[in-house]
Amino acid sequence: MNLATFKGGTHPYDGKDLSKDRPVKVVLPKGELVYAMSQHLGAPSKPIVNKGDHILMGQRIAEASAFISAHICSSVSGTVKAIEPRLLPGGNMCQCIIVENDGKYEAVEGFGEKRDYTKLSKDEIRAMVKDAGIVGMGGAGFPNHVKITPKDDNAIDYVLVNAAECEPYLTSDYRMMLEQPERIIGGLKIMLQLFDKAQGVIGIEDNKPDCIELLTKMTANEPRISVQPLKTKYPQGAERALINACTGRKVHSAILPADMGCVVDNVDTVISIYNAVAESTPLIRRIVTITGDCVKAPQNFEVKTGTNYAELVEEAGGLTCEPEKVISGGPMMGKALFDINVPVTKTSSALLFMSHDDVAAMEPTACIRCGRCVDACPSNLVPQIMIQYAERNDIEGFKRVGGMECYECGSCTFVCPAKRRLTQAFAQARAEGRKRK
Amino acid sequence: MNKKLNVSASPHVRSKDSTSSIMRDVVIAMVPAAVLGIFNAFKMGTSVGINAILIIAVCIAVSVLAEYVYEKGMKKPITIGDYSAAVTGLILALNMPPYIAPWIPAIGCVFAIVIVKQLYGGLGQNFMNPALAGRCFLLISFAGPMTQFFADGVSAATPLAELKANGLASMLGQYSLTDMATGMIPGTIGETSAIALLVGAAYMLYKKVISWRIPVTYIATVAVFALIFGADGMFNFQYMLAHVLGGGLIFGAFFMATDYVTSPITPNGQIVFGICLGLLTGIFRIFGGSAEGVSYAIIFCNLLVPLIEKFTMPVPFGKEKK
Repeated sequence: MNLATFKGGTHPYDGKDLSKDRPVKVVLPKGELVYAMSQHLGAPSKPIVNKGDHILMGQRIAEASAFISAHICSSVSGTVKAIEPRLLPGGNMCQCIIVENDGKYEAVEGFGEKRDYTKLSKDEIRAMVKDAGIVGMGGAGFPNHVKITPKDDNAIDYVLVNAAECEPYLTSDYRMMLEQPERIIGGLKIMLQLFDKAQGVIGIEDNKPDCIELLTKMTANEPRISVQPLKTKYPQGAERALINACTGRKVHSAILPADMGCVVDNVDTVISIYNAVAESTPLIRRIVTITGDCVKAPQNFEVKTGTNYAELVEEAGGLTCEPEKVISGGPMMGKALFDINVPVTKTSSALLFMSHDDVAAMEPTACIRCGRCVDACPSNLVPQIMIQYAERNDIEGFKRVGGMECYECGSCTFVCPAKRRLTQAFAQARAEGRKRK
Repeated sequence: MNKKLNVSASPHVRSKDSTSSIMRDVVIAMVPAAVLGIFNAFKMGTSVGINAILIIAVCIAVSVLAEYVYEKGMKKPITIGDYSAAVTGLILALNMPPYIAPWIPAIGCVFAIVIVKQLYGGLGQNFMNPALAGRCFLLISFAGPMTQFFADGVSAATPLAELKANGLASMLGQYSLTDMATGMIPGTIGETSAIALLVGAAYMLYKKVISWRIPVTYIATVAVFALIFGADGMFNFQYMLAHVLGGGLIFGAFFMATDYVTSPITPNGQIVFGICLGLLTGIFRIFGGSAEGVSYAIIFCNLLVPLIEKFTMPVPFGKEKK
């Protein structure tokens, strides 16, 4: 196999065996649904319903408030109970629309209607993606209608499907590739319809040989689509690493993938595009992996957005031991939760229960300058030198040594034998650096 | 879920490698050279063999103790558990002639740990390799016992000293290149056997404790330098091999020049560092007053590290000039 990859990276324990063989199970919410106004990158959405309103499944309940923002649709039918701040997985409070589910799942008119997407114009497709409230579901949550509307459609020569799923423990993309490959290919074809000059490439890490085989077979007669096997290495699924592996091009912090002729979407995003365009279904569901050594039956669920995480734990058979740490997302870039009573958002990918917390168990010691962080950095930086500026809060110096090129993948911190907490210092310095632009 | 959950920034997992596991690997890598050094010492006489064991034991014990006492006295966290002091002690011990009185290296250990390492802030902050600084301190303070070597009970020159004094033919009359590879030559406890050192080096490379960059460029530069500027004419390969195998080069290149704290962290900087070391060693050995030059070359280049790093910062991903 012709394996493509990038320079740097590392190999954390992947933990995917826990849940990879469990088919995606559809779970309906039991309690109230919570729709956060900020579950994407950009300006928060603006509620367009009021307390007491009766709403339908698929109905738009909040709309994009700026160019970079996204609509939000209800995943159930019921009544708006309140509009108030609630806790989100990120640990922040955010204005949320709270909906009491009536359990009927009455949908808006036209919901689920099949459409022949080959007859749609580019503008129609883009409008459908925008109406569906689709955002990047790999974690960043960048509004998708913005991403698929570059300045010049003809300048795009690659549409990449990010199917690397390099983050440990996550198996949702893996399951979707096996269970709904036709939707991934369909979604990619819709995107290729927007970009006449583009080639479609599905990049998959070689720890998923069954997916590579299946998708290669299914795309054998698609002249514009190919499957690119990738070396299994974290962070292969980082946008810049994926683009580099699949096209040899290099995207840095000052430019967008579109400037390099690339549009990248992950597996679930592409499926959501297919659902929106071919089946008139907005983004109201999410595939979530519930896993970790504390979970009785680790598995993959299809859940309505807004569902409380705690319900999913019950659905997975509950916990077998007391977790030290609960993470929304994967162990490399996910966020630690102090309360699991938070809603599933458009960017939720996993809920990970770990009985042992490496971070608490390993106190940082003196840096011995071993250089492992330099070898691991996918951005070709020297974390050991960056940290000296970051810790002194010397933002200018931090920028001078390339600090803004860090995308906080965590590889340096993972490999550090002195267990130094590099990534968190870089995240702070970068946030400060963006403010002082 | 009754217990409170831990909350911290990502990443939430850590690799198994730790400072102490790395230092342990370095110690393991020096075992073949140490064992062979002791074996060779015993061949010179039981008392020499016992003395060699004593030197190694005393150096490790004194180094660890010096670190403990200093940190205890200064009310700093005790860091002897990371084995870095033990590594310093072992390197210094392997740099000693096997017949030297153990109290001399003990002084070197205290100097290395307290003056060179701890006074500058402890592990990671010293700007010079502590073991080598300790050795150079002893070379100056105890020049006699530090440079006196014996073979078969009588005073003998090391291959490099013989090479410098009487030329290649005379040196080859006393020692064959095979003797140098196996370590059957006068020298310090750990430096003599190229084969034992390379076994340890291979282990460190396999475990990814060190990279090839510094040792390979260092040895290659010395080899090229010896080929070009050799005292017995250009491109004399035996002369070149004598320089590579006959002294402390292999030990220095793999075990001392690669010291993380005192070598550049940038990949290109490591190559520059290796070349600088090679040039200095060649100059010291061939044009300088002493037969050896590895120790001084390394501690001198240690001082250049910040400068080398400054000029070899890698260009961030995507920012390369087309």
